[in-house]
Amino acid sequence: MNKEVLNARRLLCPLPVIRTQDKVKQLQVGDQLEVICTDPGVMQDIPAWCRINGHKVLETISADNEYIVILEVG
Amino acid sequence: MSMQRKAVALISGGLDSMLAAKTVMEQGVHVEGINFFTGFCVEGHTHAIRERGKAKLKRNNSLWVAEQLGIKLHIVDVIEDYKNVLINPRHGYGAHMNPCLDCKIFMVKKARQWIAENGFDFIITGEVIGQRPMSQRKATMPIVARESGADDLLLRPLCARNLPATLPEREGWVDREKLHAITGRSRKPQMEMAEQFGFDDYAQPAGGCCFLTDASYSSKLVDLWKAREDNKDYDLDDVMLLKVGRHIRPQQNFKLIVAREEGEGRFLQGYKKDFISMNSVSHSGPLVLVDGSPSAEDLYLAASITARYGQGRDAEQVDINIMSKDGSERTIQVKPLLAENMPQAWFI
Ligand code: SF4
Repeated sequence: MNKEVLNARRLLCPLPVIRTQDKVKQLQVGDQLEVICTDPGVMQDIPAWCRINGHKVLETISADNEYIVILEVG
Repeated sequence: MSMQRKAVALISGGLDSMLAAKTVMEQGVHVEGINFFTGFCVEGHTHAIRERGKAKLKRNNSLWVAEQLGIKLHIVDVIEDYKNVLINPRHGYGAHMNPCLDCKIFMVKKARQWIAENGFDFIITGEVIGQRPMSQRKATMPIVARESGADDLLLRPLCARNLPATLPEREGWVDREKLHAITGRSRKPQMEMAEQFGFDDYAQPAGGCCFLTDASYSSKLVDLWKAREDNKDYDLDDVMLLKVGRHIRPQQNFKLIVAREEGEGRFLQGYKKDFISMNSVSHSGPLVLVDGSPSAEDLYLAASITARYGQGRDAEQVDINIMSKDGSERTIQVKPLLAENMPQAWFI
């Protein structure tokens, strides 16, 4: 299993979702991706995107004006 | 057993495309959604600008629609390619800077490429004849099909029975009799269908799916192009800054972007390295970005406007901090500009 980090700081929705989608395409089932963002909208949009595309959100963290979503590729 | 056919539906986040996709799904076709991000979409972008904590986070309607339908959604970044559509629309603009017909052709063309690359059979849109005065008329339907190159692979389930049969209908992939014949501006048939399918809480955008249908946004865009001597190229930051703050242009060579509330101020902070910025230090007041190439005298005027939008607007003197792009700072004293000295024409 791979663990990767995606820097989506400063991007506004839906760009973090688009970058997540494009990154996930390069990963394998079971890999984990940590997406680091500054737009709080991702806390809603990335989990929604994961639900419809069959990926699992493992954790969402908000700290210091950063919003982090950790997902597992389904 | 016949092979299950696959269609991609253009999902805008509104009701029509949702119903169009659902109509075809009901016929046993495998449907996935596609959504194009031009940079001007009403969806998104606003979370980070709004005051945090106060406003409920706005959902992304395209994702919401896909979730309601239980389909996958592919969001495609078309910011670069879209520039040519906006700058040189063959069919012109709508009421504002919205090049709707060219935009439709562009999106269907992109979807045409996508189905070829992904092994899908046809394309669905939520277009309805007569729904929109410029881009959804009987005469524009064949134009979109032809100029996009999608031809008869483009199915409009909501008004298909008023149009010549497309390949999916002729081949029996979908039953034409079960498609619809909606025309005109009335939303009633769509609302009835929504009720039948059990959809509620769907988005009802008033003008269109993007900021280009908005009068005030469009005039800011036109102003930007004019100020750049008709160099119409733009980047995503330009597009976003036009959504934020009060835009005031006292002279051709510079304009001010004045934050209207805390959330906008926080958002504009992120641009301090790209613009000269100002704020009042003797009184509380908004962050202001100065775009263009102002002279020293212009900066003085900009500072007195900045003072006008703060708590010191009635004071004799206000201290304004001016920060250059390189981070160097200085403070000057100005008298706030009086409202009567700010002509209406300055407000973009
Ligand atoms: S409203 Fe905007 S996104 Fe919708 S068709 Fe017109 S130009 Fe395109």
